[in-house]
Amino acid sequence: MARMTMIEAVRSAMDVSMARDDNVVVFGEDVGYFGGVFRCTQGLQAKFGRTRCFDTPISESGIVGTAIGMAAYGLKPCVEIQFADYMYPAYDQLTQEAARIRYRSNGDFTCPIVVRMPTGGGIFGGQTHSQSPEALFTHVCGLKVIVPSNPYDAKGLLIAAIEDPDPVMFLEPKRLYNGPFDGHHERPVTPWSKHDLGEVPDGHYTIPIGKAEVRREGSAVTVIAYGTMVHVALAAAEDTGIDAEVIDLRSLLPLDLDTIVRSVAKTGRCVVVHEATLTSGFGAEVVSLVQEHCFYHLEAPVVRVAGWDTPYPHAQEWDYFPGPGRVGRALAEVMEA
Amino acid sequence: MVDSAHLSLHVPEPAVRPGGQPDFSNVKIAKAGSVPRPEVDVASEDIRDLAYSIIRVLNRDGEAVGPWAGSLNDEELLTGLRNMMKLRAFDARMLMAQRQGKTSFYMQHLGEEAVSCAFRKALAKGDMNFPTYRQAGLLIADDYPMVEMMNQIYSNESDPLHGRQLPIMYSSKEHGFFTISGNLATQYVQAVGWAMASAIKNDSRIAAAWIGDGSTAESDFHSALVFASTYKAPVILNIVNNQWAISTFQGIARGGSGTFAARGLGFGIPALRVDGNDYLAVHAVARWAAERARRNLGPTLIEHVTYRVGAHSTSDDPSAYRPKTESEAWPLGDPVLRLKKHLIVKGVWSEERHVQAEAEIMDEVIEAQRQAEAHGTLHAGGRPSVRDIFEGVYAEMPAHIRRQRQKAGY
Ligand SMILES: Cc1ncc(C[n+]2csc(CCOP(=O)(O)OP(=O)(O)O)c2C)c(N)n1
Repeated sequence: MARMTMIEAVRSAMDVSMARDDNVVVFGEDVGYFGGVFRCTQGLQAKFGRTRCFDTPISESGIVGTAIGMAAYGLKPCVEIQFADYMYPAYDQLTQEAARIRYRSNGDFTCPIVVRMPTGGGIFGGQTHSQSPEALFTHVCGLKVIVPSNPYDAKGLLIAAIEDPDPVMFLEPKRLYNGPFDGHHERPVTPWSKHDLGEVPDGHYTIPIGKAEVRREGSAVTVIAYGTMVHVALAAAEDTGIDAEVIDLRSLLPLDLDTIVRSVAKTGRCVVVHEATLTSGFGAEVVSLVQEHCFYHLEAPVVRVAGWDTPYPHAQEWDYFPGPGRVGRALAEVMEA
Repeated sequence: MVDSAHLSLHVPEPAVRPGGQPDFSNVKIAKAGSVPRPEVDVASEDIRDLAYSIIRVLNRDGEAVGPWAGSLNDEELLTGLRNMMKLRAFDARMLMAQRQGKTSFYMQHLGEEAVSCAFRKALAKGDMNFPTYRQAGLLIADDYPMVEMMNQIYSNESDPLHGRQLPIMYSSKEHGFFTISGNLATQYVQAVGWAMASAIKNDSRIAAAWIGDGSTAESDFHSALVFASTYKAPVILNIVNNQWAISTFQGIARGGSGTFAARGLGFGIPALRVDGNDYLAVHAVARWAAERARRNLGPTLIEHVTYRVGAHSTSDDPSAYRPKTESEAWPLGDPVLRLKKHLIVKGVWSEERHVQAEAEIMDEVIEAQRQAEAHGTLHAGGRPSVRDIFEGVYAEMPAHIRRQRQKAGY
């Protein structure tokens, strides 16, 4: 057991997986010799050699397309898209190919790939280094979509993703790479080394894909969040003193509907939080499911808190980012209704 | 300051349109036997000419001539002829079946039979093709059962793909035929990935990528060339230049200069053009490229120069965009007739045997069709279960899909 950042946990997951299975290969832009711009793959090439961890041309459709071919061969590619914002050139390969190969070939060919990508804002990345494209993936049948919120989950979920027989999108909130950011950008970040969830086993373990986790028990209102917003939701509950139950979805597709329904049936109120743009965001799906399955338990309309329907601005990033203030106001609103 | 006129956009146009005289005077055709055959370990910069010429083996008199001749014996050539005839007969029956409403759609190979049939014979068991929709010859030449292909075309109860795919979008891992995507060019780069994987595992198997001339304009084509050349992947990159992309002539994807093969040169990939209507030439070039790949010498790009005689698909009417007689003017002839003539010249085949073989093959195809139709066609008889809609999206069915399946009543 060691204290790890999320970067180290992600790296450890690949390290453990590559050591256990020769078929696991890791590649992407700058991931080989240098170890990735966020250093998630640092040391893997030195340890496993240049044919198991290597640099690629700047061609996202090439990265995902070759990964699909490798998976058809029998390898388990775990590739990195340098920033989630740059997965669009590979979108065709993901949605038309990776997601469908099992179905259209009736299992004759499969596509066990993992596509990792740093996601979300909070690092002054502006509109081209801050996007949260998860809803573009959850709309695609055949993909699985994971967003971890801490090092412990990141490692267990990434190992599970690598071992999964189907294509998995693994979105790493880069604002959480070094600490459990709670949205108070003016305060110093607490490092993972001072956080319980920074305790990460060195060896192999998995966290099941499709299971949410209750991060904070409460009885007044359910806050549903994932990634960075889990920490923001926790901060909002502390700040307002409202007895909120905070659910960390971890896996958006498949989604743990049972945990959501159980909680909302208990609290009767619900706030859904994500960093991505509001309109047609993943929150819309969650709210629909809540109204479909919990309508008679609801005591107030479900409220969404999300990024604005604009590109992610550079200088005003803290006004865009749904911080604890905005979440706190949403909590107060549903409590009053 | 230059005193220039206003700019104007150049939009390429084919030499003729419907009603005009077919004109292939722009297609420069090397004499059969005239193009040299380099060693497989040749440096790509030493064979740049091969990206502009056309490798041909069969001459006008039906003789096999030049350095690319001799890669096949009589028996193999007879099998090749039979496979091409089978594909043609299969096409004819399935085209008719579509017209009779037994399926929604069909795409034929008329005029292009040599490309896939001869190529398959240069590969070994375990090699993998990433085909597009006009390479059913890869399956026929590998003895994949025609009944299975028909079951798929009919989406009947025995369809190996359970009714999920368009007709003709076959899949067979066992026969080295990757599941076809309707999205053009995506599979080109996947083939490169498969080949890279084989090299990573120090395997001996190689991959082949397939694309049409029109689809080379897609960015995935260029991604594939980058990856193939960067990692020297053991892959054969095939471009089937059949002159047309639906109604769009090949000059639109290519522009006015160079050849499709020449696109490989900037990547340092050896690039060859071959007479795609010459069974012997296609086989010889494919074998050369396969040997290169297997000897770890990297990728080869092959442009198969051919002509799509039939319509693009059953939804297309070629007379609306090209002269009706254009296919007859095509200077490289008919692949079946050319191989037939060669075998007759060699004294191992005759007109009588050909007529007899045609009848036998048609019987075989009709018998396969009878068997397939016993399992149903698209609108009649047995069909895949509605339950099959929900199966196989993931290895294990997640709860939300199970709920939807139950809602649908299954
Ligand atoms: C990405 C994509 N764009 C458009 C189409 C529609 N489409 C199907 S076939 C075709 C023409 C392809 O021509 P070519 O690559 O020359 O192959 P050919 O049909 O001549 O064998 C087009 C445009 C498609 N299937 N996929």
